[in-house]
Amino acid sequence: MSTVPVVEAHQVCKRYGATVALDHADLTVLPGQTHALVGRNGAGKSTLVSVLTGLTGPDSGTVLFGGEPAPRAADRDAWRARVACVYQKSTIIPDLSVAENLFLNRQETRGGLLRWSAVRRAAEELLDRWSVAVDVRRPAGELSVEQRQFVEIARSLSFGARFVILDEPTAQLDGAAITRLFEHIAELQRQGVTFLFISHHLQEVYDICDTVTVYRDARHVLTAPVADLPRAGLVAAMTGEDTGSAAEARTTSARRGAPPVLRVRDLSLDPVYAGVSFDVAPGEIVGLAGAGGSGKTEVAETVVGLRKADAGTVHIGDRRIRPGDVPAALAAGVGFVPEDRHHQGFVPEMSIADNATMTVMDRLGPGIFVRSAERDRLAGTMITRLAVKTPGPELPVSALSGGNQQKVVLARALAGDPRLLVLITPTAGVDVRSKEFLLGKIAEAAEAGTAVLIASDELDDLRLCDRLVVLTHGRPATEFPAGWQDREVVAAMEGVDLDA
Amino acid sequence: MPETPTALHDAEPRATAPAAPGAHRLALARLRDFALVPGIIAIAVVGQLVNPVFLQYDNLINILQTMSEIALLVLAQTMVLVVGKMDLSLESTFGLAPGVAAWLTVGGGHSLGLLPGWAAVLVVLAVGVLVGALNAVLIVRFGLSGFVVTLGMLIVLRGLLTGISGGQTFFGLPDGMLYLGTTLWAGVPASIWICVLLFAGGIVLLGYTRFGRSLYAIGGNPDAAKAAGIRTDRVVWIVLIGASVLAALGGLLLSGRLASVASGQGNGYIFTVFAAAVIGGVSLNGGRGTLFGAFTGILLLYMIQNVLTLAGVPAQWIGALNGTIILVALVMSRITSGKRQT
Repeated sequence: MSTVPVVEAHQVCKRYGATVALDHADLTVLPGQTHALVGRNGAGKSTLVSVLTGLTGPDSGTVLFGGEPAPRAADRDAWRARVACVYQKSTIIPDLSVAENLFLNRQETRGGLLRWSAVRRAAEELLDRWSVAVDVRRPAGELSVEQRQFVEIARSLSFGARFVILDEPTAQLDGAAITRLFEHIAELQRQGVTFLFISHHLQEVYDICDTVTVYRDARHVLTAPVADLPRAGLVAAMTGEDTGSAAEARTTSARRGAPPVLRVRDLSLDPVYAGVSFDVAPGEIVGLAGAGGSGKTEVAETVVGLRKADAGTVHIGDRRIRPGDVPAALAAGVGFVPEDRHHQGFVPEMSIADNATMTVMDRLGPGIFVRSAERDRLAGTMITRLAVKTPGPELPVSALSGGNQQKVVLARALAGDPRLLVLITPTAGVDVRSKEFLLGKIAEAAEAGTAVLIASDELDDLRLCDRLVVLTHGRPATEFPAGWQDREVVAAMEGVDLDA
Repeated sequence: MPETPTALHDAEPRATAPAAPGAHRLALARLRDFALVPGIIAIAVVGQLVNPVFLQYDNLINILQTMSEIALLVLAQTMVLVVGKMDLSLESTFGLAPGVAAWLTVGGGHSLGLLPGWAAVLVVLAVGVLVGALNAVLIVRFGLSGFVVTLGMLIVLRGLLTGISGGQTFFGLPDGMLYLGTTLWAGVPASIWICVLLFAGGIVLLGYTRFGRSLYAIGGNPDAAKAAGIRTDRVVWIVLIGASVLAALGGLLLSGRLASVASGQGNGYIFTVFAAAVIGGVSLNGGRGTLFGAFTGILLLYMIQNVLTLAGVPAQWIGALNGTIILVALVMSRITSGKRQT
């Protein structure tokens, strides 16, 4: 087998404004390998993928394919002939047939008219050649995620590329489908296809990859044969600590004796999660940890009523909350910070005052009316309490920085003096200063007796917690009492057994 | 590829499982195109029972001729919808294009009479191109919302027609404008021929050319279409201009048949056009629907209207019944297609 690397990225740098996404990063993938690229959120994996597929040009550094310089950015056909990428987001057109998706805009024609039979035959041959068992006449929208991925892989191979990037292909698949995907990857690998495999689940890296490259904080950390790298070493390379520091001691404010504020029993939502049970006591902070696709977000959303579980119960205080009923959950005393603040957190063109008091409008005046003086007074209190940097409560939220926007979202959650705070990745995308501040406010709320549930994979968020429930593939895997070590939690979230 | 044969064996057991339901679904998808055909047959039977005139040759020709002009609007709108846009201004183009032609060629009254009669048809088509290009500039080039742009255009164009006509009707059109609306080809009115041929051509275009398929790709997933190398902006330009030209042609057929251009020509047609397209299975969100389906949609609506007239329903009630029929037809097609209409 030739030893000229299929792809070689050399000292690639990429900045987005003040953020350094890639800092002199290297990557070398040899032919026939299945090469894993791992790293925590923000390590630079996605940026590297878009540089390698020609969607983003690097600020400096070089990319070589088979020893030759990368094509010009505009030459999409040349890029497609060298590298293919199967993204998490689908690039198929759901109403068109599989055959048509495979040969879109390059269908065989005679005299300007399509020859459907020829297109179908070509599609069948293509799928047969790469052993993808899908009826080419079906609308592509009916395919399962797994079949769609196979179709997309086959399509990319038909452009001549023999180097395929799989961007978290297992995130939306169940166990059996993952096994089939891996069998397929192994088969294609025997036929000479090289893979770059990006995953959050380290166990999968050990299952199918030969070589692993670790990125951390936009830098290349190490590249090693998987067989030579023990699991503990891999986790250490990702987290950047050899020994693992203990979680900072926070004197817990949990009132253990008191009846729990939140009781979750046997909650299941097929196929996202199953059999989830836990309690949160007043003043206690419980972390719901897990990687992307582990179901942690969905469990938290079920607690506040955004999703309807198939089975199981959620009690807040003594009250059983009707599944899928957000107003009931809010009335029972839940404050909620959603995952994506831009979509669910606030109305960008409305003022800070309107946004911060949106959940408590019934307290702002008689009957159906809202007294603006009352609203501004309450909003003013929240602005002071959370130190939102703004000239006044009438400014639209869209004019604030990310950190301050998140403070408004937290203000909205706290405005009703909730008994239970549910927070999903509460510090995602905010600067370090605001992050510390937000976490401080959450701790403060807990000290005042509020029960807190944080769903996150950020260690900084989780360090606050008195207790962690770790989910993998929708099942509660491990529970950690306070005093856990970063590496244990990361290992549990990524689904590896450190002792193995 | 020495390994390929083994790989094929691997694949076989998996292939059999999804294939059976797949084939079943495929048959259903095919049927969806013909979802309205039973309705059309039922209406034909009811119509015949109501009044034996219904299935006579002259009446059928009458139905086809009265719907041929609006059918061109349905054809145009369907293509615009498939590519993922909307064009409300088609109904105003339908009136304005022949209106401008009459204004420029007819002498006396409000008209200018600047151009010779033979130029009228060219003016009609040129107005279509102009309106389409203007829509495309605003929607594609400046990225404005297609709905609002064409809504504004609908009002502007209607106002222009009222302005140039002084709210009156143009009479005494040149012969060139009357020809298509009045002539018989092989014993059948030319407008029916044109309508049927354009639909046939459109079905071939959308179903059997790369250009036509790119409309579905753009409407279904614009990013994927771009990634496949389709020049999405250019395709939308062509579709918007083509749609306006079809609307202008439709207006020409109606003006020719009535030998006049009223200042309200086409006013309110767009609702029927949308209803016909949606009943015929075209998605308002783009990427789904066929011209055959759209044709059966408009045909069904006009057959029902004709049956109501034959049944002696007073003209004052036709409007209310028409609206009801559209709603009922929507519910029916929701049930037969089994898909949420979007």
